[in-house]
Amino acid sequence: MPKQSIGEKLNDISEQMKSSQAWGSIFRPGSIFRKGYSDSPRNRSYVVMNSLIYHLHPVKVKRHAVKVSYTLCLGGLSFFLFILLTVTGIFLMFFYRPTAAQAWDDIYTLQTSVTFGLLVRNMHRWAAHLMVLTVFLHMARVFYHGAYKAPREFNWVIGVILLTLTLLLSFTGYLLPWDQLALWAVTVGTNMMGYTPVFGDQVRFVLLGGVEIGTDTLLRWYVLHVLMLPFVAVIFMAIHFWRVRKDGGISGPL
Amino acid sequence: MAEIPDHLLKRAQEARERQADGDETTPAITEEKSESKIPDHLLERTVAAKDREPVATATAQVASSAPLPPTGSGPGGNTQRLLTVVKSGSIQDVKLKPVDKVHVWPHLLIVEFVAALAITAFATIFSIFVNAPLLELANFNQTPNPSKAPWYFLGLQELLTMFHPMVAGVTIPGLALFLLILAPYIDKNPSNKPEDRKFAISLMTIHLMFWGVLVMIGSFFRGPGFNFIFPWAEGLFFEL
Ligand code: HEM
Repeated sequence: MPKQSIGEKLNDISEQMKSSQAWGSIFRPGSIFRKGYSDSPRNRSYVVMNSLIYHLHPVKVKRHAVKVSYTLCLGGLSFFLFILLTVTGIFLMFFYRPTAAQAWDDIYTLQTSVTFGLLVRNMHRWAAHLMVLTVFLHMARVFYHGAYKAPREFNWVIGVILLTLTLLLSFTGYLLPWDQLALWAVTVGTNMMGYTPVFGDQVRFVLLGGVEIGTDTLLRWYVLHVLMLPFVAVIFMAIHFWRVRKDGGISGPL
Repeated sequence: MAEIPDHLLKRAQEARERQADGDETTPAITEEKSESKIPDHLLERTVAAKDREPVATATAQVASSAPLPPTGSGPGGNTQRLLTVVKSGSIQDVKLKPVDKVHVWPHLLIVEFVAALAITAFATIFSIFVNAPLLELANFNQTPNPSKAPWYFLGLQELLTMFHPMVAGVTIPGLALFLLILAPYIDKNPSNKPEDRKFAISLMTIHLMFWGVLVMIGSFFRGPGFNFIFPWAEGLFFEL
């Protein structure tokens, strides 16, 4: 038997792997991971069509829609920041207990004795502030492009809901470190909501889980912050992205 | 009820006659493998039909293959096969203007990928150099002076210095949110050209500036007692 070079051997192995049942069961027919990729219009379509990307993007979009100068990528950046916040947030959850007796200590320990703890907490906080900013700027760019006009009226409404959810996510997270900044910022904020006409006291009671900010508030806001609000936000984002496609892709050109 | 035109009736009649004697000549399906994708028996039948009638029409061919039901025995057990590709322009009047489009891969996905990398890199590097604040443990007996809401609510807190809390904290933001939601239904101007939308653009700009300025004042120009200060004279009273 002639000696095989390493390259040939690797080739053989990869061929064998690709023809195995396991490989075929993971990658659907037509996937570029089955048949390899060479640049051609057909393969460019297959990349999108035969992968999960098809849930987010059509095969082709209008030429002006991929220009960064049109969307400034602000919607996309809001979405990436949301992902980044999810990833860093899950890391933080491993080290945090939402009670008045433990919360501050947990954050302090996280910063001082957990590997990368300080870095990840910083990233979570800065990404959160940044997301409020990008969502806000995204809204402004949509307005200035008149992109809320028919047939996109409803996607604008969903957008306003997303803006509200983003603010609520940020605000509920603000309380969790349970330091002076958290306590008093939230006191100011919830006092304002207490002035809701007629139901003011009830609104405040429901928000705080009591008449005063305390450990019950912490638990309540924690559950809202890590579970309920992200869950609702993901659903509205899904509708938002779906509507962008169904309404005929990105608006414009101007 | 639509009348069936004579020439079609005649053609169908011819096809039926041909099929009657064509049946005997239909060869049995053979197991033979051929290079061509078209099964042998179909090829032969087509040839035979052509011999019998030089001007064989498409209708005739389809009709003549009718008595032999599709045998679900294609290469992959297919029950369908491609008869022909009809270009849409040849049978319908295409009114849509062609749009200049590009493939999502690579044009859009690469941009998105780079943007995701850039924002992650930015967040990481920024976080290496700037620490998130962690003040002392929450203390109910010691109110910091000033107490400020998160920056995005400082516009509202600023309004609190001017109006009754119900107006500043609930009515104005509620109204603003309500109008924001209704914007697409209020603005009936169909154009998205900036020169046609001077009023809408001015209104929105004033609105955004209004909040922007309030947030700036609340963030940087309010000191102890939430009194107006100049940050360069008395320092910053602002935490993120
Ligand atoms: C969590 C927050 C949000 C996320 C992740 C998000 C994401 C996106 C993305 C990825 C797009 C595609 C185009 C682009 O990148 O600009 C888009 C388009 C759009 N968004 Fe958002 N968005 C958010 C909030 C908002 C808000 C607050 C509004 C308005 C109040 C809004 C209204 C719209 C509209 C109308 C479009 C269609 C724009 C067009 O066709 O040009 N979105 N959004």
